[in-house]
Order: sequence, then C-alpha cells, then structure tokens
Amino acid sequence: MDLLADNLPAYLSGFLFTLRLTVISGAIALVVGTVLAAMRVSPVATLRGLAVTYVELLRNTPLTLVFFFLVFVAPQFGVRTPLGFWTAVIALSAYTSAFVCEAVRSGINGVPVGQAEAARAVGLTFGQTLSLVVLPQAVRSVIPPLINVLIALAKNTSVAAGFASVELLASGRRIALANPSDAMLALAGVALFYLVITIPAGLLAGVLERKVAFAR
Amino acid sequence: MAQPVPAPASQPGEPLVVLDHVDKHFGALHVLQDVNLTVRRGEVVVVIGPSGSGKSTLCRTINRLETIDSGSITLDGVPLPAEGKALARLRADVGMVFQSFNLFAHRTVLDNVTLGLRKVRRIPGGQAKERAMALLERVGVSSQAAKLPAQLSGGQQQRVAIARALAMEPKVMLFDEPTSALDPEMINEVLDVMTALAGEGMTMVVVTHEMGFARRAADRVVFMDGGRIVEEADPETFFTAPRSERARDFLSKILTH
Repeated sequence: MDLLADNLPAYLSGFLFTLRLTVISGAIALVVGTVLAAMRVSPVATLRGLAVTYVELLRNTPLTLVFFFLVFVAPQFGVRTPLGFWTAVIALSAYTSAFVCEAVRSGINGVPVGQAEAARAVGLTFGQTLSLVVLPQAVRSVIPPLINVLIALAKNTSVAAGFASVELLASGRRIALANPSDAMLALAGVALFYLVITIPAGLLAGVLERKVAFAR
Repeated sequence: MAQPVPAPASQPGEPLVVLDHVDKHFGALHVLQDVNLTVRRGEVVVVIGPSGSGKSTLCRTINRLETIDSGSITLDGVPLPAEGKALARLRADVGMVFQSFNLFAHRTVLDNVTLGLRKVRRIPGGQAKERAMALLERVGVSSQAAKLPAQLSGGQQQRVAIARALAMEPKVMLFDEPTSALDPEMINEVLDVMTALAGEGMTMVVVTHEMGFARRAADRVVFMDGGRIVEEADPETFFTAPRSERARDFLSKILTH
C-alpha cells in the first residue's frame, strides 16, 4: 500500500489527465453525436448519407487505428494535429460520437410518430420539431445507453497512453516499471482510479433517469 | 334582376378548402380515388364511412401529413406547398386534432398550448400564456394547466389538444376521429366542445363515427367507401333518405342498435 501512497502525485496527475480527456471528449461527442443523429433522420438524403458513412466508418474501426490515422497518416496529407492531449480528444470524440449517434437515434425511433405529426401540424419546422419535441423525449429515454457509451469512453482514454499522452494508464505503467516487484499493485491502483470515474457515472445515470422521467 | 349582395368574409359561402381530382395510393391500395370536395368558409363537413374507406387519409391530406399522387388541394385559394417553411406556415393556419391526442408528452398542458404561439407566431411568453389560459378555460381544463398530459384523462387530453389547435387561430380545424380512443363517458365532453365551436362559425372537417354529432352539428355529411366519395348530403337527407345502396347498408349496420 505504501507504493500507492508514495506515488500518489503521479497517479493524481494521470487521473486528472484522464478525467479531462473523458469530460471534454464526452461533451464534444454528445454534441456531435446528437447532430449526427439529427442528420440521420433528416429529409435531406445527402445529410443522411454523410451521417451513415461517418457512423459506419468510425464505429467499425478499432480506436487504436483512429489514433494511428491522426498521428501517422493525416500528417502525410498535410493535416497536422497537435500532439498529446488534443490529438487524443479529437480521436476519442470522433470515435465516441458514432456510438452517441446510434444511441440517440434509437431514442428518436422510440418517440411515437404522432408527436412529430402534432408538432408539424402546429406549424413547427423540421428543425423545431426535432429540437423542441422529438429530441428532448428521445434523449431522456436513452440515458442508460448514453452513460454506457460515456463509461466506455472513460476506459477508452487508456488508448491515448500509446500516443504521447501521460494519462492514468501511462502513469501506472511508469510506476509499475519503476517497482517491478509491486507491478500488480501498481496496476490495481490504476483500476481503482478508473472506478472513481465510472462508478459515479453509473450513479449519475440513475439520478438523471429518475429526475427527467415522464409518463406517456 | 337585383345584384347579389357580396357576402362578408365571415359568412359561409366562399370556398376555403378545395380538393380537386385527388388520387393517392398506399402501395397497391388505391386509398383515395378521384376525390373532389369543397369546404366553404364557416361550414362543418362530417366525413363518415366504414374503416379503410380513406376518410382519415382524406383528412390528413388537407394539411399534407399525407402527400397526394395527383390532383390538387388548395387552402384559401393557395395550393398546398410541397415542403419546407411555406408548408410549416400553411400548417399553422390549419388546426388538427388527432385520434390519439398526441399532446407533447414531456411538456405541461400549458406549454402544449403556448409552444406554437411562441415558436411559430412569435408571441412573447406572457401574452402567449394569457391566451393559452383563456383557451384552456374555454375547454374546461384550466385547473390542469401545470400538469403533464399523462396525468389527465383522455377526455381532458383531447380538450387540451383542441385548445392547442385553436391557439393558432386556424382558418379550418381538422378532426381525425377525435373521440375514437376515448372511454364512452368522456366522449360527450369532447363533442360538446366541438359542437360549441361549430356554433361559433368555425370551419370544420370532422372524421367521426359519432352519428349523433353529425346530425346535430354538420352542415353537410360526406359518405366515403373504398376510397371514393359515394354520397354528399345535408344530415337530415342523408340519415333519413340516403340515395346510395352502400350508404343505406352502412347506416343499417350502425343505427340498428
């Protein structure tokens, strides 16, 4: 246990890096994913096509490959992303938004069609119907799967360890390498800090779900 | 011969909704076949007919919730726009009441009525609320304003839906089987509101199975079967002396008990 206490500053710095990655990437992914979901149900075929292509491409590609692409392939085409934190944010939010899109879309499909018909009958435009009537109901019904996506994101941030980001896993690995006899304990410390993010996220889901519930 | 006196706009007479040679298919089903119908300002037209006769579809084409394959529909002389903002503007002028109420489930009763006022008519919140409360008062549910739709009975929900449609001050109100999803004891509270509305001169197209309402409130009854308008008559003539065999058959089935 001394190992964990002695290396607390290193753990904490890695933990904060991971937390920042999760929160910022998560926020971006929620916004982009919702926009993608709106595109997927829009009456404009081009928007639907773009969104489908994006989602299928990103959610069927291993996250590590997304990082590889950003770090090694994109620069060859003149696209240079800033290394470290922001590269990780771009890769993680691009990847996660595809999953957010599908969760939100399943929520949209779950809203009875009469809700959108009533909104259109009142004279709301497509955008207003979506943003004022359909999405608020859709998002409330998909809070559990959205939290799943965000928990997966919190753990997926560990992939950034391989791409010049000293987040939680990278910190733990350094500690383990410096103390080979206590390697297991060092990595258990890493797992513990992930729980600090993921368990409250699960609890938050329950609270949110009760708070925004409405009956049909 | 004396010159006819031009009728003021509020008097029945001038055509408001005109369907001209309207055809529509659902796949192989020819759901509307060469439908011609004119609804005049201030007129109450009740559409009846057996299930699957196309009467709901007819009602829904008037604000383009259903598109048509051929023919034309004009509202107040203007052909229905195909899509986009122009169509949204037109729909704001056409009130619609659905069989399943379709109140916005996540918004309070009051918000259901004010949403269109604020977002479509751009009326400020306070004024919109005032107007909405007056309408909720009129349909007898003002005490429920702060509740969510699911907390209301079916009859109350449908009256809120009528208030929501009226809030937009529509030129015409469409009712698509407004009492078919209601428990029997709640049907009258909704029909009473509709009868009062008809008495005030609202132009109405009502798809219904309520023959009592048709007799009481309709200026004209339209009988549909198999996607066609089979017969049109004033209610007295239609219910006592229908001309067509199919209308006689239909009436004998529903009026015997």
